[in-house]
Amino acid sequence: MKYIDEFRDREIGQRLVQRICREADGAREVVLMEVCGTHTMSIFRYGIRGLLPQNIRLLSGPGCPVCVTPGAYIDKAIAYACLPGVLVTTFGDMLRVPGSRSSLERETAEHNSVRVVYSTMDALEMAACHPELKVVFVGVGFETTAPTIAASILEAKKRGIENYFVLCAHKLIPPVMRALVDSQDLAIDGFICPGHVSTIIGSDAYQFIARDYGIPCVVAGFEPVDVLEAIYLLVSQVRRGVALVENQYRWVVRQGGNPKALALLEEVFEVADSEWRGIGVVPGSGLRIREKYRDFDAEAQIEVEVEPAQEPKGCICGEILKGVKAPLECGLFRSLCTPTTPVGPCMVSSEGTCAAFYKYGGG
Amino acid sequence: MKAKEQILLAHGSGGKLTHELIENLFLRKFFNPILAPLADAALLEAKGVRLAFTTDSYVVKPLFFPGGDIGRLAVFGTVNDLSVVGAQPLFLSCSLIIEQGLDYATLERIVDSIQKAAQEAGVNVVTGDTKVVERGNVDRLYVNTSGVGLVADGVYLSVERIEVGDKIVLSGTIGDHGIAVLSEREGFGFHSEIASDCAPLNGLISRMLQASRRIKFMRDPTRGGLATTLNEIVAGADFGILIEEERIPVREEVKSICELLGLDPFYIANEGKVVAVVHPEDAEAVCQVMWGHELGHQAAVIGEVVAEPRGKVFLRTAIGGTRLVDMLVGDQLPRIC
Repeated sequence: MKYIDEFRDREIGQRLVQRICREADGAREVVLMEVCGTHTMSIFRYGIRGLLPQNIRLLSGPGCPVCVTPGAYIDKAIAYACLPGVLVTTFGDMLRVPGSRSSLERETAEHNSVRVVYSTMDALEMAACHPELKVVFVGVGFETTAPTIAASILEAKKRGIENYFVLCAHKLIPPVMRALVDSQDLAIDGFICPGHVSTIIGSDAYQFIARDYGIPCVVAGFEPVDVLEAIYLLVSQVRRGVALVENQYRWVVRQGGNPKALALLEEVFEVADSEWRGIGVVPGSGLRIREKYRDFDAEAQIEVEVEPAQEPKGCICGEILKGVKAPLECGLFRSLCTPTTPVGPCMVSSEGTCAAFYKYGGG
Repeated sequence: MKAKEQILLAHGSGGKLTHELIENLFLRKFFNPILAPLADAALLEAKGVRLAFTTDSYVVKPLFFPGGDIGRLAVFGTVNDLSVVGAQPLFLSCSLIIEQGLDYATLERIVDSIQKAAQEAGVNVVTGDTKVVERGNVDRLYVNTSGVGLVADGVYLSVERIEVGDKIVLSGTIGDHGIAVLSEREGFGFHSEIASDCAPLNGLISRMLQASRRIKFMRDPTRGGLATTLNEIVAGADFGILIEEERIPVREEVKSICELLGLDPFYIANEGKVVAVVHPEDAEAVCQVMWGHELGHQAAVIGEVVAEPRGKVFLRTAIGGTRLVDMLVGDQLPRIC
């Protein structure tokens, strides 16, 4: 496959590994964080950790939109699914994530009121075809996904579809990166920055990290050669004592991002404080539907009672999302918390750190 | 599972939950030594004659998909379950549960397909049943087939024969069936040419068994995909399996669709492929006879049985790293980003 096979080439990968080893030789421990959950999955899927020298440590960050969505939000989605006349539509990842007492998957078995969609436009079409139902779309995701949800709201308005709603929990990556370095819980020497978020917001969005905190950033693609090249560039910056934003994913990501997508976001959403599971409220890190489009805001338009959320006992997803702890340090990992009986979201999400450890063999 | 819990779709996906349900409920309640191996077919012995007996239900949606239909699937699925335990398939039963309102033309088309498939596979439908249920109580048509076959003298396929050093042989490309059905069902509108690989394996397997008496075990990787089947082989065993990503044949179109949707071909259903565990000295000869058969042109040695880690399947990745290959958990779900 074009643009994919070349980036999975064994010889190129092995040569990059050798360059990383040479660059890291004799250095102190270098701690790099991959922010995006898809990078975590790629690192595990290709066995990259095992190829790196001992003095390079990779931490997984909070870039898993499913994992960082608070339990209360999932409880609300489930509550909607239990209401008569409501159809909840969702991307697949959300289906198995545990709320305080249940999950959307279990509610499907009970109520048959949850549908998995590949695109938010599919949810909009369901609303168009079923005017007798209120169709609620579970709006989770970062800057990669939010523009398509914005587009669906604009399309709904244009077509006069009045039974389409979004339960909005979109979040933004740069503010949580700032929160991580401000918290000083860990010393991060470099960030592997998300690839697809960056196609929207541009590589310039990370300049503040390099400039204000002196931490190198490299925007990376998702194939193993991309990730290895990004690691090489970061280690090289650390050895040279510089802090720059470099763009490894040059053929996809531009400095200024995607103006059309950014305009969609600006039109439909406004920035707000947002709660990140396990991290707490991060200022200016979420998106809220603007007043102008409040007719499509599920929380504003559909009343539902939700019991107070309960965080599962013993779950350390929060610390795992911040990179402070690894799944192997969780007492529930592989015992009480497994993919079939998940306690926290990190075990269920297709980008969850615990899911990666479990599926591909951690450590 | 506790009494108040419910059966989820994931319990039928062929992955972990399916296995848990089978072991914790069905095996526990029905337990007997014939059932215990949980093989693709039960091996029965009476008066010196060895028979294989299997059953399967088919609920595929849509009924017709590129490369096949529910009728064809129902015949070949059962024929293949008999073939992989070393039996020559002979007789099938065919039970239909029909939704009120299904048009006769559709039913006739499927029955024609069943007959044609039975002829291709060299089996006869010798008994059956028909039920019609009210509209909405079944999704158009469900089919169950059971099959009986004869196991020849000297053919003994069992997990217990597997030894460290044995090679893993795969008969061809993976993921074709699942992607063909998914494309049709979801109406993706891809201009893809992926057809289901739905096919009877008895001819291919017969040649393989003639080529070598040191084929230890076989399985056809259906629901849950190649990864789940390999995990079933190593479950509880004192060996593991190491496979090479670069050696596993996957069609470009299947790879592309999987990339687009975030699916992993290792976990996608196949309906015309066989995985065989073969003595290392015979692996090449087995591959050669497979290459000469229309269903085995892309047969390949994809890995081997290893001493460690026990009970696990590992993959050497495209760039030379290694990682675990786990069993499928639920259905693969389309992702957010």
